[in-house]
Amino acid sequence: MDTLTGNTRVTQSPDVTSTPVELSKRTTRLTARDVTVHYGSKQALHGISIDIPDRAVTSFIGPSGCGKSTFLRCINRMNDTIEGAKVGGTIKLDGEDIYDPSLDVVELRARIGMVFQKPNPFPKSIYDNVAYGPRIHGLARSRAEMDEIVHSSLRKAGLWQEVKDRLAEPGTGLSGGQQQRLCIARAIAVSPEVILMDEPCSALDPIATAIIEELIDELRENYTIVIVTHSMQQAARVSQKTAFFHLGNLVEEGNTSDIFTNPRNKQTQDYITGRIG
Amino acid sequence: MNSLIIAALLLVLLGLAYQTGWARGGALATATGTKVHSRPQYHASYVAVWTLVPALIVLLLWAVFGGGITLNFIREQIPADVLAGLDANGLNALVARIHALASGYGVVGEIQPYEAAAGNALRSFQFITFLGVVAAAAVAGLGAMLYARSRITARHRARNAVERVIGFVLFACSAIAILTTAGIVASLLTEAIKFFTFINPLDFFFGTVWAPNNAATGGDYGKYGLLPLLMGTLMITVIAMCVAVPVGLMAAIYLSQYAPRQLRAVAKPIIEILAGIPTIVFGFFALVTVGPFLRDIGAAVGLNINATSALTAGVVMGIMIIPFVSSLSDDILNQVPRTLRDGAYGLGATQSETIRSVLLPAALPGIVGAFLLAVSRAVGETMIVVLAAGNSPVLRGSIFEPVATITVSIVNQLTGDTDFAGPQSLVGFALGLTLFVITLGLNIFALYIVRRFREQYE
Ligand SMILES: Nc1ncnc2c1ncn2[C@@H]1O[C@H](COP(=O)(O)OP(=O)(O)OP(=O)(O)O)[C@@H](O)[C@H]1O
Ligand SMILES: [Mg+2]
Repeated sequence: MDTLTGNTRVTQSPDVTSTPVELSKRTTRLTARDVTVHYGSKQALHGISIDIPDRAVTSFIGPSGCGKSTFLRCINRMNDTIEGAKVGGTIKLDGEDIYDPSLDVVELRARIGMVFQKPNPFPKSIYDNVAYGPRIHGLARSRAEMDEIVHSSLRKAGLWQEVKDRLAEPGTGLSGGQQQRLCIARAIAVSPEVILMDEPCSALDPIATAIIEELIDELRENYTIVIVTHSMQQAARVSQKTAFFHLGNLVEEGNTSDIFTNPRNKQTQDYITGRIG
Repeated sequence: MNSLIIAALLLVLLGLAYQTGWARGGALATATGTKVHSRPQYHASYVAVWTLVPALIVLLLWAVFGGGITLNFIREQIPADVLAGLDANGLNALVARIHALASGYGVVGEIQPYEAAAGNALRSFQFITFLGVVAAAAVAGLGAMLYARSRITARHRARNAVERVIGFVLFACSAIAILTTAGIVASLLTEAIKFFTFINPLDFFFGTVWAPNNAATGGDYGKYGLLPLLMGTLMITVIAMCVAVPVGLMAAIYLSQYAPRQLRAVAKPIIEILAGIPTIVFGFFALVTVGPFLRDIGAAVGLNINATSALTAGVVMGIMIIPFVSSLSDDILNQVPRTLRDGAYGLGATQSETIRSVLLPAALPGIVGAFLLAVSRAVGETMIVVLAAGNSPVLRGSIFEPVATITVSIVNQLTGDTDFAGPQSLVGFALGLTLFVITLGLNIFALYIVRRFREQYE
């Protein structure tokens, strides 16, 4: 895809190659230990422990209501905004506890970006949507630099060709699939190190889904990606590591190829073969 | 008594018709075995409508024409020589006496024989016509009921017919609302036009002196310049908005975004109580507390502030409007989808950045609408101004001086002796019309803004 090449400004590690490295050899980016979440008196997560590898795609699968979104929101502390939500356990990003009281949540969320299940562009122009993050974090010193960030983010999200002549139009006027790619562009414009995606393709048609999967595959070279999905095929296609959740527990995790070809747990097997869920 | 009988008649007709329709519709369903189009209650409603409407039409016709017919009858009872000697007023008085005799109330003065005769005749006439009208209504209703009953068949679409009747009733109700508005505007307009036959419109709209000569009989009416009143109204409104908008909006933001749940549960109702305080009480508050307080503050900093002034009235009116602005804005802010807020938080925006750059723009159309509603209220507010603004219709630029507003001047011109013949009282309608045009303009402007932003953001 020629729209994805050309710009390396947000590249984290220039030494990366496109040949996938064995998962076991990758460094761990995020470690979660014994994470619990309560919504009021109701416990939604029961002690989740998982390592999330650097520059790879990790997918969370599991039946509806099992706590995938809840765990994803723990990683960038979006649960803080939910009244009555209480998080326990530890989550470390590069060895640093993200629930440490001295940590700046706002800065954390700039490092760990999020794409939501439903496209949620701001009621602003396409340009301003993408420029929103860089503006509040002061990432551009001049108008030209801002243009550069916006254009390259849109290119990476595979949206540039479609919107380059209408950057001043409202982002809410785009189609659902375009809006979702706009939200991805908006998330990568702040150069996050980790991108969390909560069912990013659930509202999309197969063509838009294919575009986004391709995009995730490209982004993997520079970012750590966690994706929640209800599609087994999607998890198998885009991710290197898979974690299966059930009723607030992490039942099984491991290399995607192992999980799908040779699950150790009966529940996992039932789920991926379509017997529960 | 008569109205009770009529109500009973209508109720009996209604029950009979409903029962008939129900029985007929139900019998169809069981007897024919075919699929019946409408369920029994629709057949029942259908027959009921068919029965009541003709009966009501008969009663309505009598209500419209009955008075004239009765009057004619009375005139025929009066001897020709007496009738010839009466002018219009005399005739009215005589008719009233005859009515009184007929109903048995009795009259003052000596009763002429022809009066007594006419009273007796009228009594029996009224009795007979009443019976006739009731009978006619009953016959019309029953006839229509039989006709409607005969139309009920298995495929008869009673349900659709009832739907049309409901649609018509709803239409009639909205027509009443619209016609009332039109009627009010029309009466304002006609009276205002009468006013402009006394006073040149240019002198009214652009005159800078307000000095109606309320005692004058003929000749000198005084001066009716609108500008001092308009100036007073605008000053007070602007001051009120300067108080209400920032305080109300920020209270709404705090309550909907920052306040812990328990605090919100207590604070919201308290703020809404503020909206329930009668405006006259705000007037006392302005007169007794706020006015002297502002005067003392002014004295302390070397400003000469009158206790009753545009500032006093405006500040208190602003306080009065706060709950409007805040509870409307609060509702609107809560309607902004959570996903939008999450989007901003997810990019690392702080709470106030999120509110400023995402929440407020998305809520803007609604908030502007709330502001303009509040302005309309401020422009039309009267009691606070009566008590706290000093009622001094002089064109001045200072907010520390007493002023008068359009509403207060209407009150002044229309209370006391009024005969609606001279400009002294007719000016009230011209002022009312001006006020109406101002609020109408504000509302149209609000709609325009709301629509423009909605297009942009949806
Ligand atoms: N804001 C909330 N308040 C209370 N309970 C919640 C809240 N959000 C989620 N829950 C509960 O927590 C549990 C896990 O929800 P979560 O949204 O994480 O599920 P999920 O795995 O993402 O499901 P889905 O696949 O349907 O999106 C559910 O039982 C849900 O009812
Ligand atoms: Mg979910």
